Amino acid sequence: MEGWDPSTKSALTQIPLLTTRAGPRDGGPWTQRLKEEYRALIAYTSMNKSNDNDWFRISAANPEGTRWEGTCWYVHNLRRYEFQLQFDIPVTYPATAPEIELPQLDGKTHKMYRGGKICLTVHFKPLWAKNCPRFGIAHALCLGLAPWLAAEVPILVDSGMVKHKDDEATSAES
Amino acid sequence: MTLIMKSATIRRSKVKELSAEVVDSNPYSRLMALQRMGIVENYEKIRDFSVAIVGIGGVGSVAAEMLTRCGIGRLLLYDYDTVELANMNRLFFRPDQVGMTKTDAAVQTLSDINPDVVLESYSLNITTVKGFDTFIESLKRKSAEEGRSSGVDLVLSCVDNYEARMVVNQACNELNQTWMESGVSEDAVSGHIQLLVPGETACFACAPPLVVASGVDERTLKREGVCAASLPTTMGVVAGLLVQNSLKYLLKFGQVSPYLGYNSLKDYFPAMEMKPNPQCSNSACLQRQKEYIQAKPARDALAKAKLDAESSSEAECPLHMDNEWHISVVDDSEAESSNIGKKPDALPDGLVHELPNADKYQEPPASGETSAITDDLEELQRQLDALNSS
Repeated sequence: MEGWDPSTKSALTQIPLLTTRAGPRDGGPWTQRLKEEYRALIAYTSMNKSNDNDWFRISAANPEGTRWEGTCWYVHNLRRYEFQLQFDIPVTYPATAPEIELPQLDGKTHKMYRGGKICLTVHFKPLWAKNCPRFGIAHALCLGLAPWLAAEVPILVDSGMVKHKDDEATSAES
Repeated sequence: MTLIMKSATIRRSKVKELSAEVVDSNPYSRLMALQRMGIVENYEKIRDFSVAIVGIGGVGSVAAEMLTRCGIGRLLLYDYDTVELANMNRLFFRPDQVGMTKTDAAVQTLSDINPDVVLESYSLNITTVKGFDTFIESLKRKSAEEGRSSGVDLVLSCVDNYEARMVVNQACNELNQTWMESGVSEDAVSGHIQLLVPGETACFACAPPLVVASGVDERTLKREGVCAASLPTTMGVVAGLLVQNSLKYLLKFGQVSPYLGYNSLKDYFPAMEMKPNPQCSNSACLQRQKEYIQAKPARDALAKAKLDAESSSEAECPLHMDNEWHISVVDDSEAESSNIGKKPDALPDGLVHELPNADKYQEPPASGETSAITDDLEELQRQLDALNSS
């Protein structure tokens, strides 16, 4: 963890850790795991809000809690860039991490796999593997998606690959 | 030009039985010659086998073509991707197939090459809950008529990521299905194949890939690109090693490699064996390990009977007529028992083994009670929704 910035580190220590090692095919234990996921997400979201660092919305898209959808945003040069966010809980969860997708950015950067799955191999997967089953969705967002956005959005914006929605509207009018 | 037109329309018809007749028109004559030369006892048996290939990329598509040309009975193909121009540095797919799903494009080519093979195409993502169910069901489909837990004889994993390998591992552990794993490194200059027999050899989760400790700065993200290198040569070699091992396993000839590496820079082929991890995190793997250890007496008896049968046929006449020095061969077990008063793996006083003995089944220690979260799931959902909407 040496290389992480202090604010990520302090956020991480405040997200409750999970204990149940259960995946979506495990029935009762999965419900238990799901409760722990919610607790961690609630804690992380309210922490972000109180620190004025709110940056995502996520909720389960099906009753089983195997599909999650929402949005995330990043502020660059005082402008807010917002993206759709989605992922499935893999059958081998939590042994393998969820593959976070930003479908709107598919094809716009090579730090991405097919379908808009962001590349987490180097900076996140080793941490996830070492901390299984204690890390959950909230940790994946904090340690996987947040640094990815911080690294990629400025490049995408500066290179013109991603346009702010206000600029898109004006360019469409003209 | 007319020749090209003509060749494009030629379709060979299906054959009923594999013939060993050496004529230009027999697609199986060179394969049946394996039998004549004493390499394979019964090559025709290949038509009874079903093989599932997961991942129809640089390795999987070539492996599928090899098995098709060998006359395999049934091939099940799994992939969720489509053919792209970026795939053309590898073998098998053609530019005119760009846009088709990889499984459909493969079926198109393979059914032309050998119409005798039954081909099943599954365009799905096996890592999702729904995809996994279809995957398991398709593997089990012909199991009733075969009288086993799985309807295929071998699963070949030709995927390019850790998540999918873990899924194949999960399915095969649950179905007690022998499988082979294959991989090519991201820099395209090395690869490996591995045989996985649930309970007997290490499963994919038994020895997780080296988890390199963090220290990763988000800025370093920019240096690495996702786009991995690939070479048709390395992929072809690995596919060849994989299918060779599969043929040896199915047709029972030669030695089946438990693990074979390929380092193309030094042309080095390391081989090794891996025992299962008694502390594996995969519960299906632990279950298979338990069954394997419990079946040990029966396996030993069978091996002994086989050995006895062989030795009795040999020991008709003594090897040496005179034995002036009374030299005799002593069995390993006798040698051990003569080592009186000391258990073979006894440790000095005060020392204990940290890990359990792999030859004995150990009950996993009961995990500490999960902290009881009494909260209602719906209440938690409401709390998150409230946060989301504020």
